[in-house]
Amino acid sequence: MIYFDKVSKYYNAGQSIAIEDVTFQVAPKEFVSIVGHSGAGKSTLLKMLIAEERPTTGQVFFESLDIHQIPRVKLPKYRRKIGTVFQDFKLLPHKTAFENIAFAMEANGRADDEIMENVPQALALVDLEDKSWNFPHELSGGEKQRVAIARAIVNQPDIIIADEPTGNLDPIATYEVVQILRKINDLGTTVIMTTHNKGVIDELGRRVITMDEGRIVRDDQEGKYVL
Amino acid sequence: MWTGFKRIVRSGFVGFWRNAFVSLASIFVMTVALLVIGATMLSDQLLGVTLKNIQDKVDINLYFVTTASQEDIDALVARLEAMDEVTEVRYTSRDEALTQFRERHKNDELTIQALEELGDNPLGASLAIKAADTTQYENIATFIEEQRALEEPQAPLIDEVNYFKNKGSIDKLTGIIGAAQKASVITLAVLMIAAVLITFNTIRLAIYTTREEISVMRLVGASNTFIRGPFMLQGLMYGLIAGVVAILILYPVVLWIGPASESFFQFNLFEYFVNDFVHIFSVLVGSGMALGLISSVLAVSRYLRV
Ligand SMILES: Nc1ncnc2c1ncn2[C@@H]1O[C@H](COP(=O)(O)OP(=O)(O)OP(=O)(O)O)[C@@H](O)[C@H]1O
Ligand SMILES: [Mg+2]
Repeated sequence: MIYFDKVSKYYNAGQSIAIEDVTFQVAPKEFVSIVGHSGAGKSTLLKMLIAEERPTTGQVFFESLDIHQIPRVKLPKYRRKIGTVFQDFKLLPHKTAFENIAFAMEANGRADDEIMENVPQALALVDLEDKSWNFPHELSGGEKQRVAIARAIVNQPDIIIADEPTGNLDPIATYEVVQILRKINDLGTTVIMTTHNKGVIDELGRRVITMDEGRIVRDDQEGKYVL
Repeated sequence: MWTGFKRIVRSGFVGFWRNAFVSLASIFVMTVALLVIGATMLSDQLLGVTLKNIQDKVDINLYFVTTASQEDIDALVARLEAMDEVTEVRYTSRDEALTQFRERHKNDELTIQALEELGDNPLGASLAIKAADTTQYENIATFIEEQRALEEPQAPLIDEVNYFKNKGSIDKLTGIIGAAQKASVITLAVLMIAAVLITFNTIRLAIYTTREEISVMRLVGASNTFIRGPFMLQGLMYGLIAGVVAILILYPVVLWIGPASESFFQFNLFEYFVNDFVHIFSVLVGSGMALGLISSVLAVSRYLRV
């Protein structure tokens, strides 16, 4: 479903190496975790999947589509197949929690009654019903993260890309989010997640890709958190 | 389609309120820009009317000899009226000339007395010839000279043409009118360009503050139309409100200077404002809305490249 073919990404005209010669595949319905030290290139890898960054060399395929050949006007349509949880949340500051989630559905062309039904469900799933009408600056880090998760899952996308979705959460919320992702995955959604949380990896017992200095150093089908 | 439009409209209004400060600042700047455009329009009108008034005062006076026959006069009038350059030929008969003369000198007993002593009417008939443009008097004068050359020396028709006496001042006036019109066109252009640039820049700055949001919208899969729509609506709203506010400010101003402009330029700005209100309103509000719309579209498109 997703295929990275000898992908490298350099920043600052080759001065800094974020990704170096990365090749791997993700099959449909897989649940892949990416681990690695800070700066290993995990976020960069995910950014290339949603065409936020383009590779310096190599290609990234979604099904048989070269992502970085998609014309700019067609990118929105491609991105709607993906639900993304950004490491820095990327919530719209002038919209409430409810509106942030609703925006993703509106952008998707969903009907109003669907939005009125699904947004509260998504908020309930991440335990934020009582913060629906708060703006992002009125939410804690963990609350913002949960809004971002709700926004990523609300459209029932083909793939969920989650960049450290539990980074700001307490152990109970972390457990709940992982359960949500696992459940979504059981229902047939591909999940790609990065994390620094050993407990999450061990609890999941799914495929783990380990990165170091821009390279893939381990790829285990039933991985453990080894660094 | 309809749902998308509804959402864009709602989002545009909500954004307008939530960024009230930015909206107000943009509207303020646009109002100033539109006031500049409005003031330029009014002063241009004033200048135009003044120049036209001055131009209207210019004419060629042609005096016939007292013995000129009515037929010859009519023939010349007909030939003059046939010229493209000539817009008006006003005929003053000998009797009318005398009446006017008496009227003008009614307090000057000496002159009246001298006139009485003459017995006969010493004044000839005359023509006042007007051209559409001061530059055309030269041609008309040349034509009259040609006519004069054809006259039989023993029975002349034309006594005097005052063009050559006034040529210097007519030329000077033509120069001044030309320069004033050029200057007003240049001022107009400069002010307009300044107004457009300032508006564009203000909206660009307003949208610059939301560039992150625009890229987030792109990343969660919103189409360009869906992102751009609310900004376009806001640009239109800024222009509409600024246009109306500019009109509301101009109204008392022209009301105040109306009488003064009447006595000074023989042109009442307030009356012009009221009579041409639809035109002024549509120019100000229209250019405000167009400016707001174009500025928004240009400013947003910079940030749609994610
Ligand atoms: N826009 C950029 N310009 C320059 N260098 C960048 C840029 N983005 C990332 N990098 C560099 O690329 C490398 C990989 O960054 P990346 O964000 O992918 O790391 P990460 O594995 O996600 O780290 P973390 O666990 O801290 O989130 C880092 O060395 C980073 O400094
Ligand atoms: Mg990262």
